[in-house]
Amino acid sequence: MKILLIGNPNVGKSVIFSRLTGARVIASNYPGTTVELSRGFMDFSDIKAEVIDVPGTYSLRPSNKTEEVAVKLIEEADIIINVIDSTNLERNLYLTFELIRNTDKPLLVVLNMWDETKHKGIDIDLEKFGSILSIPAVATCALTGEGIKKLVSRIKEARTSVFKNRTEPIWCEIGDIVNKVQKLSHRHHTFLDVLEDLSIHPPFSYFIAICVIVASFWLIRFLGEGLINYLFHPFFVKIYTPLISKLNYFFQPGSFIHTILVGRLVEGNIDYGVSFGLLTTGIYVPFAAVLPYIFSFYLVLSLLEDWGYLPRLAILGDRLFHKLGLHGYAIVPMVLGLGCNVPGALATRLFEERREKFIAATLMAIAVPCMAQTAMIINVLGPYGGGYVSIVFLTLFLIWYSLGRLMNVFTKGRSPEILMEIPPYRRPHLRSIFKKLWVRIVWFLKEAIPMVLLGILIVNILFFFKIIDVLAVFFYPLMNKLWGLPKEAIGVLVVGFLRKDIAVGMLRPLELSVRQLIVGTTILAVYFPCVATFMVLLKELGIKDMLKSLLIMVSTAGAVGLVLNYFLEIAGI
Amino acid sequence: MIDLIRLKKGKVAKVVEIEGGSSCQQRLNNLGIRQGVLISKISASETRGPIIVKAGHTQIALGRGMASKIIVEEPS
Repeated sequence: MKILLIGNPNVGKSVIFSRLTGARVIASNYPGTTVELSRGFMDFSDIKAEVIDVPGTYSLRPSNKTEEVAVKLIEEADIIINVIDSTNLERNLYLTFELIRNTDKPLLVVLNMWDETKHKGIDIDLEKFGSILSIPAVATCALTGEGIKKLVSRIKEARTSVFKNRTEPIWCEIGDIVNKVQKLSHRHHTFLDVLEDLSIHPPFSYFIAICVIVASFWLIRFLGEGLINYLFHPFFVKIYTPLISKLNYFFQPGSFIHTILVGRLVEGNIDYGVSFGLLTTGIYVPFAAVLPYIFSFYLVLSLLEDWGYLPRLAILGDRLFHKLGLHGYAIVPMVLGLGCNVPGALATRLFEERREKFIAATLMAIAVPCMAQTAMIINVLGPYGGGYVSIVFLTLFLIWYSLGRLMNVFTKGRSPEILMEIPPYRRPHLRSIFKKLWVRIVWFLKEAIPMVLLGILIVNILFFFKIIDVLAVFFYPLMNKLWGLPKEAIGVLVVGFLRKDIAVGMLRPLELSVRQLIVGTTILAVYFPCVATFMVLLKELGIKDMLKSLLIMVSTAGAVGLVLNYFLEIAGI
Repeated sequence: MIDLIRLKKGKVAKVVEIEGGSSCQQRLNNLGIRQGVLISKISASETRGPIIVKAGHTQIALGRGMASKIIVEEPS
């Protein structure tokens, strides 16, 4: 038994999916949050029914890859739940009518965001609507859970509509129904309406954008650092270190086991920055150095997403992105990439053209460091001064911009213009913010911890058995002559394939100069995606474009390391 | 009759024609912009950047190329 949730983008399908199945999925207030299928189960008249959350689509004639997926799935469905945005009845009914006419599946219509109709002066006669279409219609407010029980109880009533075999043009049918069931009344402007207006009208729009961006970065840093300094670091020093130090009694320092588990001791003590044992640095980096920043980043991102600000930022950024062969919506993969490159790469599915996907994915993989990496750059370089951290990010931004301009000129094909629905602002719902945060943190821990530990294991094996010296012989000219890095830094690049955060952390024990740290962290960001991102990019771009993209990354890394090293030397850093 | 770019900010007009290919028409249609509907222009910079209109209860941002293909008529 398969139940399909289908509807326009940003009508709340994922929230309804979560409510029906209890599964935790990411839901936001912008079109295109869901790019992959989510499957879950619910009890349905004594059997387990599979519920599938489908990426949003405006019509059954798909215009990008996510919409294609949605349309293909319809054949498999036993029941279709068509989710519509009650405040956009007319437009949403287009897909409803396509479903009625082009499929034989039993149908049920959910009018979601029912609570918003009141504020907007929209009055829909639900019963009349259902009886005209002759299919069950349920009103819900999925965010609060209102109407979900009713929805569950009525799923079994789903059926085909009397409109199935009529031939009048769809828009005439829709106009007719809307006239019969919907009444509009005047309403007063709310604070959110005024804010909506201001955020798209220059010069206020730019002022708001700058405030939002600055406030976001400040909040991420403030929360991240606060959590590290007052919670996570003290916890490790006061509680975890004494515990783990007991291992010194069981294993001889310097032995293989001790090296793997605890690592190098500094004057007999554990130093989480340098020790590099599985139980020391391997636990400290993901939990104490990175997790606080992941938490603060996703908290801020979730607020922006649910408020509905991202599409406004897309409009403001449209002109900038045009110069890079993209359009404003590319802000979505870039911002998601700042958290983790994997969802960033997945978001490029929403582009129609191969060229756009290629440019957006390559730029993101090269010049958008994930939060884990950023946290470690701050961890390693921060103690020398914030200015040095800024050099790394400024360099990455310049790479992003200039590479984008070059790719715009040299990549074949055309880049379409922006065409995007702008959702209304919505008051972020605290419970859903924290649910979403939880999903993302669990996902991070699952992804990060095994890879960080594997990375540390590999480093220790490389160093313990002196394999690193063999590698170093080959790469010495590249590392040293080109980038001014010591030959051991090759180990950093090896581990960077697995995880960037731990790789950045590996620069610490090498006792590098500030210049070497700046060059090293920048190269690490640019030279190659981590394995998780690599796999997604390969799937999204295909082998040919992936190879091109990799070639760009490797050569950019080579050139940037060289140039950066040269200029920093001149600047006396 | 003028194209959407030349329509003044804040004005409401009726879509008379959408020039351009069927896929362009289809995508605009999906968002509720089609022949015969009233749309209002909310915002646009004079020279560059996307144009924002409202069709039904939906706000839509669209590129200038597309906007120039949408021919509208202000009610007299």
